[in-house]
Amino acid sequence: MRTLLTLLVLISVTATTAQELPPLPSDYCHWKADHLAIDEALCGLKGNPARGRALAIDPHGGNCIACHHLPVPEESFHGTIGPPLDKVASRYTEGQLRLRVVDEQQVNPFTIMPGFYRDPRLANRVADAYWGKTFLTAQQVEDIVAWLVTLK
Amino acid sequence: MAGYVEMRALALGAAILVWGGQALGFEPVSGYEFLDESTRAMQDDEFENPGMVTVDEGRDLFNERRPDEEASCASCHGEDGEKLDPAVIARYPIYDEHLGGLATLQDRVSYCWENRLDRFPLPYDDPQLVALETFVRNKARGEPVNVQTDGPMSPLIEKGRQLYSTRFGQLDMSCYHCHVQHQGQMLRGQKLSQGQANGFPEYRLGTGRITSLHHRFGECFRSFRADPFEPGSEEYRLLELFVMQRGNGLPIETPAVRF
Ligand code: HEC
Repeated sequence: MRTLLTLLVLISVTATTAQELPPLPSDYCHWKADHLAIDEALCGLKGNPARGRALAIDPHGGNCIACHHLPVPEESFHGTIGPPLDKVASRYTEGQLRLRVVDEQQVNPFTIMPGFYRDPRLANRVADAYWGKTFLTAQQVEDIVAWLVTLK
Repeated sequence: MAGYVEMRALALGAAILVWGGQALGFEPVSGYEFLDESTRAMQDDEFENPGMVTVDEGRDLFNERRPDEEASCASCHGEDGEKLDPAVIARYPIYDEHLGGLATLQDRVSYCWENRLDRFPLPYDDPQLVALETFVRNKARGEPVNVQTDGPMSPLIEKGRQLYSTRFGQLDMSCYHCHVQHQGQMLRGQKLSQGQANGFPEYRLGTGRITSLHHRFGECFRSFRADPFEPGSEEYRLLELFVMQRGNGLPIETPAVRF
Protein backbone atom coordinates (compact mmCIF):
# COMPACT_ATOMS: atom_id res chain seq x y z
CA MET A 1 0.00 0.00 0.00
CA ARG A 2 2.79 2.38 0.92
CA THR A 3 4.54 1.70 -2.37
CA LEU A 4 1.31 2.33 -4.25
CA LEU A 5 0.96 5.70 -2.53
CA THR A 6 4.56 6.57 -3.38
CA LEU A 7 3.84 5.76 -6.99
CA LEU A 8 0.79 8.02 -7.03
CA VAL A 9 2.76 10.87 -5.47
CA LEU A 10 5.49 10.38 -8.07
CA ILE A 11 2.95 10.48 -10.89
CA SER A 12 1.61 13.80 -9.63
CA VAL A 13 5.16 15.19 -9.37
CA THR A 14 5.67 14.26 -13.01
CA ALA A 15 2.37 15.90 -13.92
CA THR A 16 3.18 19.23 -12.23
CA THR A 17 6.68 19.57 -13.67
CA ALA A 18 5.25 18.91 -17.13
CA GLN A 19 3.57 22.36 -17.11
CA GLU A 20 6.92 24.13 -16.67
CA LEU A 21 8.56 22.66 -19.76
CA PRO A 22 10.36 25.04 -22.13
CA PRO A 23 9.29 25.12 -25.78
CA LEU A 24 10.46 22.32 -28.07
CA PRO A 25 13.10 23.00 -30.74
CA SER A 26 11.38 24.58 -33.75
CA ASP A 27 12.28 21.71 -36.11
CA TYR A 28 10.91 18.99 -33.82
CA CYS A 29 8.41 16.77 -35.68
CA HIS A 30 5.36 16.28 -33.48
CA TRP A 31 4.04 12.75 -33.33
CA LYS A 32 1.20 10.97 -31.63
CA ALA A 33 1.03 7.33 -30.62
CA ASP A 34 -2.22 5.52 -31.18
CA HIS A 35 -2.70 1.88 -30.14
CA LEU A 36 1.05 1.61 -29.49
CA ALA A 37 1.91 2.72 -33.01
CA ILE A 38 2.87 5.92 -34.88
CA ASP A 39 1.41 5.36 -38.31
CA GLU A 40 2.47 8.65 -39.92
CA ALA A 41 6.10 9.17 -40.91
CA LEU A 42 7.79 11.93 -38.88
CA CYS A 43 7.19 15.23 -40.75
CA GLY A 44 6.09 13.04 -43.68
CA LEU A 45 9.75 12.20 -44.43
CA LYS A 46 10.69 9.25 -46.61
CA GLY A 47 13.27 6.81 -45.24
CA ASN A 48 16.20 5.22 -47.02
CA PRO A 49 16.75 1.58 -45.90
CA ALA A 50 20.46 1.47 -46.85
CA ARG A 51 21.19 4.50 -44.69
CA GLY A 52 19.05 2.95 -41.93
CA ARG A 53 21.11 -0.24 -41.97
CA ALA A 54 24.33 1.79 -41.69
CA LEU A 55 22.94 3.81 -38.78
CA ALA A 56 21.89 0.66 -36.93
CA ILE A 57 25.50 -0.54 -36.68
CA ASP A 58 27.12 2.88 -36.31
CA PRO A 59 28.39 3.36 -32.71
CA HIS A 60 27.76 7.10 -33.10
CA GLY A 61 24.43 6.63 -34.89
CA GLY A 62 21.61 4.45 -33.61
CA ASN A 63 23.99 1.77 -32.33
CA CYS A 64 21.10 -0.70 -32.21
CA ILE A 65 23.69 -3.48 -32.48
CA ALA A 66 24.98 -2.66 -28.98
CA CYS A 67 21.82 -4.27 -27.59
CA HIS A 68 20.21 -6.29 -30.40
CA HIS A 69 21.20 -9.09 -32.72
CA LEU A 70 20.82 -7.75 -36.27
CA PRO A 71 20.84 -9.50 -39.66
CA VAL A 72 24.20 -7.88 -40.45
CA PRO A 73 26.58 -10.85 -40.82
CA GLU A 74 29.73 -8.81 -41.49
CA GLU A 75 29.58 -7.37 -37.95
CA SER A 76 30.69 -9.40 -34.93
CA PHE A 77 29.65 -8.95 -31.28
CA HIS A 78 25.92 -8.31 -31.45
CA GLY A 79 24.30 -7.36 -28.14
CA THR A 80 21.83 -9.58 -26.27
CA ILE A 81 20.12 -6.99 -24.06
CA GLY A 82 17.07 -6.69 -26.31
CA PRO A 83 15.38 -9.31 -28.52
CA PRO A 84 16.97 -10.15 -31.91
CA LEU A 85 15.62 -7.89 -34.65
CA ASP A 86 16.26 -10.37 -37.47
CA LYS A 87 12.59 -11.02 -38.24
CA VAL A 88 11.09 -8.07 -36.40
CA ALA A 89 8.89 -6.94 -39.33
CA SER A 90 6.98 -10.20 -39.19
CA ARG A 91 5.94 -9.32 -35.63
CA TYR A 92 5.20 -5.60 -36.01
CA THR A 93 3.66 -3.15 -38.47
CA GLU A 94 5.59 -0.12 -39.69
CA GLY A 95 3.73 2.13 -37.24
CA GLN A 96 4.49 -0.17 -34.31
CA LEU A 97 8.16 -0.24 -35.26
CA ARG A 98 8.25 3.56 -35.50
CA LEU A 99 6.93 3.97 -31.96
CA ARG A 100 9.52 1.51 -30.64
CA VAL A 101 12.34 3.52 -32.18
CA VAL A 102 10.85 6.89 -31.23
CA ASP A 103 9.94 6.14 -27.62
CA GLU A 104 10.04 2.56 -26.31
CA GLN A 105 9.11 3.84 -22.84
CA GLN A 106 5.55 4.22 -24.17
CA VAL A 107 5.51 0.45 -24.63
CA ASN A 108 7.50 -0.45 -21.51
CA PRO A 109 8.10 2.27 -18.91
CA PHE A 110 10.99 0.27 -17.38
CA THR A 111 12.91 -0.24 -20.60
CA ILE A 112 16.64 0.43 -20.94
CA MET A 113 16.17 1.27 -24.64
CA PRO A 114 16.72 4.99 -25.29
CA GLY A 115 13.86 6.93 -26.86
CA PHE A 116 15.55 7.98 -30.07
CA TYR A 117 13.00 10.69 -30.84
CA ARG A 118 11.46 11.13 -27.41
CA ASP A 119 10.51 14.62 -26.26
CA PRO A 120 14.01 15.85 -25.28
CA ARG A 121 12.62 18.02 -22.49
CA LEU A 122 11.71 14.92 -20.52
CA ALA A 123 15.33 13.86 -19.98
CA ASN A 124 17.06 14.52 -16.66
CA ARG A 125 20.47 16.26 -16.18
CA VAL A 126 21.42 16.15 -19.82
CA ALA A 127 24.98 17.32 -20.62
CA ASP A 128 24.99 20.80 -22.13
CA ALA A 129 26.13 19.58 -25.56
CA TYR A 130 23.00 17.40 -25.90
CA TRP A 131 20.44 19.44 -24.01
CA GLY A 132 17.19 19.94 -25.93
CA LYS A 133 18.27 17.57 -28.73
CA THR A 134 16.79 14.24 -29.75
CA PHE A 135 19.20 11.31 -30.02
CA LEU A 136 18.48 10.82 -33.72
CA THR A 137 17.05 13.26 -36.25
CA ALA A 138 13.61 12.63 -37.73
CA GLN A 139 15.24 11.67 -41.04
CA GLN A 140 17.48 9.14 -39.28
CA VAL A 141 14.48 7.60 -37.51
CA GLU A 142 12.68 7.23 -40.84
CA ASP A 143 15.80 5.67 -42.41
CA ILE A 144 15.98 3.08 -39.63
CA VAL A 145 12.25 2.34 -39.83
CA ALA A 146 12.57 1.92 -43.61
CA TRP A 147 15.25 -0.73 -42.98
CA LEU A 148 13.36 -2.46 -40.12
CA VAL A 149 10.26 -3.04 -42.30
CA THR A 150 12.40 -5.08 -44.69
CA LEU A 151 13.38 -7.54 -41.91
CA LYS A 152 10.81 -10.26 -42.57
CA MET B 1 21.05 24.62 -18.45
CA ALA B 2 21.34 20.92 -17.82
CA GLY B 3 18.44 18.93 -16.37
CA TYR B 4 15.03 20.55 -16.55
CA VAL B 5 12.83 18.05 -14.88
CA GLU B 6 14.86 17.31 -11.76
CA MET B 7 13.60 13.81 -11.17
CA ARG B 8 11.62 11.99 -13.75
CA ALA B 9 10.35 9.90 -10.98
CA LEU B 10 7.64 7.68 -12.42
CA ALA B 11 9.87 4.97 -13.83
CA LEU B 12 12.05 5.25 -10.78
CA GLY B 13 9.20 4.58 -8.40
CA ALA B 14 8.07 1.66 -10.46
CA ALA B 15 11.57 0.21 -10.68
CA ILE B 16 11.81 0.28 -6.91
CA LEU B 17 8.48 -1.55 -6.70
CA VAL B 18 9.88 -4.37 -8.79
CA TRP B 19 13.28 -4.25 -7.17
CA GLY B 20 12.13 -4.44 -3.54
CA GLY B 21 11.12 -8.02 -4.11
CA GLN B 22 14.26 -8.98 -6.03
CA ALA B 23 16.66 -7.81 -3.33
CA LEU B 24 15.79 -10.78 -1.11
CA GLY B 25 17.44 -13.47 -3.18
CA PHE B 26 20.34 -11.28 -4.34
CA GLU B 27 23.81 -12.87 -4.60
CA PRO B 28 26.62 -10.38 -5.16
CA VAL B 29 29.14 -11.32 -7.86
CA SER B 30 32.46 -9.52 -8.22
CA GLY B 31 33.49 -7.97 -11.54
CA TYR B 32 36.40 -10.42 -11.31
CA GLU B 33 34.06 -13.22 -12.37
CA PHE B 34 33.37 -11.35 -15.61
CA LEU B 35 37.07 -11.19 -16.59
CA ASP B 36 39.00 -13.47 -18.91
CA GLU B 37 41.72 -15.74 -17.50
CA SER B 38 44.68 -13.55 -18.43
CA THR B 39 43.23 -10.40 -16.83
CA ARG B 40 42.48 -12.35 -13.65
CA ALA B 41 46.04 -13.63 -13.59
CA MET B 42 47.33 -10.09 -14.03
CA GLN B 43 45.25 -8.85 -11.10
CA ASP B 44 46.31 -11.74 -8.86
CA ASP B 45 50.03 -11.36 -9.48
CA GLU B 46 51.54 -8.68 -7.27
CA PHE B 47 54.29 -7.98 -9.80
CA GLU B 48 52.09 -8.01 -12.90
CA ASN B 49 49.25 -5.92 -11.44
CA PRO B 50 49.85 -2.35 -12.72
CA GLY B 51 47.77 -0.95 -9.84
CA MET B 52 50.50 -1.96 -7.40
CA VAL B 53 52.48 1.09 -8.52
CA THR B 54 49.79 3.22 -6.90
CA VAL B 55 49.84 1.05 -3.77
CA ASP B 56 53.57 1.79 -3.52
CA GLU B 57 52.99 5.52 -4.01
CA GLY B 58 50.38 5.39 -1.27
CA ARG B 59 52.76 3.52 1.04
CA ASP B 60 55.44 6.18 0.54
CA LEU B 61 52.97 8.97 1.33
CA PHE B 62 51.80 6.99 4.34
CA ASN B 63 55.28 6.59 5.80
CA GLU B 64 56.58 9.99 4.72
CA ARG B 65 57.46 12.33 7.55
CA ARG B 66 58.00 15.82 6.18
CA PRO B 67 60.92 17.75 7.66
CA ASP B 68 58.79 20.35 9.42
CA GLU B 69 56.25 17.88 10.77
CA GLU B 70 55.97 15.92 13.96
CA ALA B 71 54.11 12.94 12.62
CA SER B 72 53.23 10.86 9.57
CA CYS B 73 50.31 8.47 9.05
CA ALA B 74 52.73 5.76 10.17
CA SER B 75 53.28 7.44 13.54
CA CYS B 76 49.79 6.35 14.60
CA HIS B 77 49.04 3.43 12.27
CA GLY B 78 52.45 1.74 12.25
CA GLU B 79 55.18 1.52 9.61
CA ASP B 80 53.52 0.43 6.33
CA GLY B 81 50.20 0.60 8.20
CA GLU B 82 50.83 -2.58 10.14
CA LYS B 83 48.44 -1.44 12.86
CA LEU B 84 45.56 -0.88 10.43
CA ASP B 85 42.76 -3.38 11.00
CA PRO B 86 41.40 -4.95 7.77
CA ALA B 87 38.04 -5.54 9.44
CA VAL B 88 37.72 -1.78 10.08
CA ILE B 89 38.77 -0.88 6.53
CA ALA B 90 36.09 -3.24 5.20
CA ARG B 91 33.41 -1.18 7.02
CA TYR B 92 33.80 1.88 4.75
CA PRO B 93 31.85 3.99 3.97
CA ILE B 94 30.89 4.43 7.62
CA TYR B 95 28.47 6.54 9.61
CA ASP B 96 30.39 8.76 12.00
CA GLU B 97 28.92 11.83 13.73
CA HIS B 98 32.41 13.15 14.27
CA LEU B 99 33.14 13.12 10.54
CA GLY B 100 29.79 14.73 9.74
CA GLY B 101 27.69 11.62 9.10
CA LEU B 102 28.30 9.46 6.05
CA ALA B 103 32.08 9.23 5.54
CA THR B 104 34.03 7.47 2.80
CA LEU B 105 37.55 6.13 3.28
CA GLN B 106 38.86 9.20 1.45
CA ASP B 107 37.01 11.43 3.91
CA ARG B 108 38.71 9.57 6.75
CA VAL B 109 42.15 9.93 5.19
CA SER B 110 41.47 13.63 4.49
CA TYR B 111 40.48 14.11 8.10
CA CYS B 112 43.83 12.80 9.33
CA TRP B 113 45.70 14.70 6.64
CA GLU B 114 44.16 18.00 7.76
CA ASN B 115 43.73 17.54 11.49
CA ARG B 116 46.41 15.12 12.63
CA LEU B 117 49.17 16.13 10.21
CA ASP B 118 47.91 19.71 9.92
CA ARG B 119 48.39 19.76 6.18
CA PHE B 120 46.68 21.87 3.57
CA PRO B 121 43.41 20.09 2.62
CA LEU B 122 43.34 18.20 -0.67
CA PRO B 123 40.34 18.18 -3.01
CA TYR B 124 38.34 14.97 -3.24
CA ASP B 125 39.97 12.47 -5.63
CA ASP B 126 43.30 14.27 -5.52
CA PRO B 127 45.88 11.76 -6.82
CA GLN B 128 47.58 11.69 -3.40
CA LEU B 129 44.31 10.85 -1.67
CA VAL B 130 43.52 8.19 -4.26
CA ALA B 131 47.00 6.70 -3.73
CA LEU B 132 46.52 6.63 0.03
CA GLU B 133 43.06 5.12 -0.36
CA THR B 134 44.48 2.47 -2.71
CA PHE B 135 47.27 1.64 -0.25
CA VAL B 136 44.91 1.42 2.74
CA ARG B 137 42.29 -0.67 0.97
CA ASN B 138 44.98 -2.97 -0.35
CA LYS B 139 45.90 -3.70 3.30
CA ALA B 140 42.45 -5.29 3.57
CA ARG B 141 42.69 -7.36 0.39
CA GLY B 142 40.58 -10.51 0.80
CA GLU B 143 38.58 -9.10 3.71
CA PRO B 144 34.82 -9.29 3.03
CA VAL B 145 33.12 -5.91 2.49
CA ASN B 146 31.02 -5.27 5.57
CA VAL B 147 29.18 -1.94 5.35
CA GLN B 148 26.63 -1.12 8.05
CA THR B 149 23.07 -1.28 6.72
CA ASP B 150 20.95 -0.59 9.81
CA GLY B 151 20.45 2.42 12.07
CA PRO B 152 21.29 5.80 10.52
CA MET B 153 22.57 4.06 7.37
CA SER B 154 19.25 2.63 6.29
CA PRO B 155 17.59 5.93 5.16
CA LEU B 156 20.85 6.90 3.41
CA ILE B 157 20.94 3.57 1.58
CA GLU B 158 17.36 4.24 0.44
CA LYS B 159 18.48 7.60 -0.99
CA GLY B 160 21.38 5.89 -2.72
CA ARG B 161 19.03 3.30 -4.15
CA GLN B 162 16.82 6.07 -5.56
CA LEU B 163 19.76 7.71 -7.30
CA TYR B 164 20.84 4.30 -8.59
CA SER B 165 17.47 3.86 -10.28
CA THR B 166 17.06 7.43 -11.57
CA ARG B 167 17.30 7.92 -15.32
CA PHE B 168 19.96 10.41 -16.38
CA GLY B 169 21.07 12.08 -19.58
CA GLN B 170 20.01 11.97 -23.19
CA LEU B 171 20.16 8.15 -23.13
CA ASP B 172 17.69 8.28 -20.26
CA MET B 173 19.25 5.28 -18.49
CA SER B 174 19.93 4.48 -14.85
CA CYS B 175 22.64 2.40 -13.14
CA TYR B 176 19.88 -0.07 -12.34
CA HIS B 177 19.20 -0.78 -16.01
CA CYS B 178 22.65 -2.21 -16.78
CA HIS B 179 23.75 -3.58 -13.43
CA VAL B 180 20.50 -5.12 -12.16
CA GLN B 181 17.97 -5.49 -14.96
CA HIS B 182 20.42 -6.65 -17.64
CA GLN B 183 23.47 -7.91 -15.71
CA GLY B 184 25.11 -10.87 -17.42
CA GLN B 185 23.85 -9.85 -20.88
CA MET B 186 26.06 -8.62 -23.70
CA LEU B 187 26.33 -4.92 -24.52
CA ARG B 188 28.03 -5.38 -27.87
CA GLY B 189 31.20 -7.36 -26.89
CA GLN B 190 31.05 -6.54 -23.21
CA LYS B 191 29.29 -8.64 -20.60
CA LEU B 192 27.41 -6.39 -18.17
CA SER B 193 28.62 -6.90 -14.62
CA GLN B 194 26.79 -6.07 -11.41
CA GLY B 195 28.86 -2.90 -11.17
CA GLN B 196 30.35 -3.97 -7.84
CA ALA B 197 32.88 -1.69 -6.16
CA ASN B 198 34.93 -4.13 -4.05
CA GLY B 199 38.03 -3.61 -6.23
CA PHE B 200 38.22 0.21 -6.16
CA PRO B 201 40.35 2.18 -6.69
CA GLU B 202 41.02 -0.03 -9.70
CA TYR B 203 43.48 -0.10 -12.57
CA ARG B 204 41.81 0.33 -15.96
CA LEU B 205 43.38 -1.35 -18.95
CA GLY B 206 41.48 0.93 -21.33
CA THR B 207 42.90 4.18 -19.96
CA GLY B 208 46.04 2.84 -18.29
CA ARG B 209 45.12 4.71 -15.11
CA ILE B 210 44.16 4.06 -11.55
CA THR B 211 40.50 5.06 -11.24
CA SER B 212 38.56 6.06 -8.16
CA LEU B 213 34.95 5.01 -7.70
CA HIS B 214 33.66 8.57 -8.08
CA HIS B 215 35.64 8.99 -11.28
CA ARG B 216 34.06 5.78 -12.57
CA PHE B 217 30.60 7.10 -11.74
CA GLY B 218 31.49 10.16 -13.84
CA GLU B 219 32.40 7.94 -16.79
CA CYS B 220 29.00 6.24 -16.63
CA PHE B 221 27.24 9.61 -16.45
CA ARG B 222 29.15 10.84 -19.49
CA SER B 223 28.27 7.68 -21.40
CA PHE B 224 24.59 8.50 -20.73
CA ARG B 225 25.32 11.98 -22.14
CA ALA B 226 24.44 13.29 -18.69
CA ASP B 227 25.96 16.13 -16.71
CA PRO B 228 28.04 14.28 -14.08
CA PHE B 229 28.08 15.19 -10.39
CA GLU B 230 31.38 16.24 -8.78
CA PRO B 231 33.70 13.70 -7.12
CA GLY B 232 32.94 13.88 -3.41
CA SER B 233 29.41 15.22 -4.02
CA GLU B 234 26.55 14.14 -1.81
CA GLU B 235 25.12 12.18 -4.76
CA TYR B 236 28.30 10.15 -5.34
CA ARG B 237 28.73 9.48 -1.62
CA LEU B 238 25.21 8.09 -1.48
CA LEU B 239 25.83 6.05 -4.61
CA GLU B 240 29.08 4.76 -3.08
CA LEU B 241 27.23 3.71 0.05
CA PHE B 242 24.52 1.98 -1.95
CA VAL B 243 26.94 0.20 -4.25
CA MET B 244 29.34 -0.87 -1.48
CA GLN B 245 26.66 -2.33 0.80
CA ARG B 246 25.18 -4.12 -2.21
CA GLY B 247 28.53 -5.94 -2.35
CA ASN B 248 28.64 -6.87 1.33
CA GLY B 249 30.45 -10.20 1.60
CA LEU B 250 32.59 -9.78 -1.53
CA PRO B 251 36.35 -9.79 -0.89
CA ILE B 252 38.18 -6.48 -1.21
CA GLU B 253 40.30 -6.71 -4.39
CA THR B 254 42.01 -3.31 -4.47
CA PRO B 255 43.65 -2.67 -6.86
CA ALA B 256 41.37 -4.66 -9.18
CA VAL B 257 42.28 -4.79 -12.89
CA ARG B 258 39.37 -4.02 -15.22
CA PHE B 259 38.67 -2.82 -18.76
C1 HEC C 1 20.51 0.05 -24.54
C2 HEC C 1 19.97 -1.07 -25.27
C3 HEC C 1 19.15 -0.87 -26.52
C4 HEC C 1 19.48 -0.12 -27.62
C5 HEC C 1 20.71 0.74 -27.85
C6 HEC C 1 18.43 -0.34 -28.57
N1 HEC C 1 17.48 -1.18 -28.04
FE1 HEC C 1 15.80 -1.80 -28.96
N2 HEC C 1 15.23 -2.80 -27.29
C7 HEC C 1 16.00 -2.95 -26.16
C8 HEC C 1 15.30 -3.82 -25.22
C9 HEC C 1 15.80 -4.24 -23.84
C10 HEC C 1 14.09 -4.18 -25.83
C11 HEC C 1 13.01 -5.12 -25.25
C12 HEC C 1 11.74 -4.45 -24.93
C13 HEC C 1 11.82 -3.42 -23.84
O1 HEC C 1 12.73 -3.44 -22.99
O2 HEC C 1 10.96 -2.58 -23.81
C14 HEC C 1 14.08 -3.54 -27.14
C15 HEC C 1 13.06 -3.66 -28.07
C16 HEC C 1 13.13 -3.22 -29.35
C17 HEC C 1 12.14 -3.49 -30.37
C18 HEC C 1 10.91 -4.38 -30.17
C19 HEC C 1 11.38 -5.79 -30.41
C20 HEC C 1 10.39 -6.87 -30.05
O3 HEC C 1 10.58 -7.98 -30.52
O4 HEC C 1 9.50 -6.60 -29.25
C21 HEC C 1 12.57 -2.92 -31.51
C22 HEC C 1 11.88 -2.94 -32.87
C23 HEC C 1 13.81 -2.26 -31.23
N3 HEC C 1 14.13 -2.46 -29.90
C24 HEC C 1 14.55 -1.56 -32.15
C25 HEC C 1 15.73 -0.90 -31.86
C26 HEC C 1 16.45 -0.09 -32.83
C27 HEC C 1 16.05 0.08 -34.27
C28 HEC C 1 17.51 0.43 -32.17
C29 HEC C 1 18.56 1.40 -32.71
C30 HEC C 1 18.08 2.62 -33.29
C31 HEC C 1 17.48 -0.08 -30.81
N4 HEC C 1 16.38 -0.87 -30.67
C32 HEC C 1 18.41 0.24 -29.84
C33 HEC C 1 17.23 -2.39 -25.94
C34 HEC C 1 17.89 -1.53 -26.79
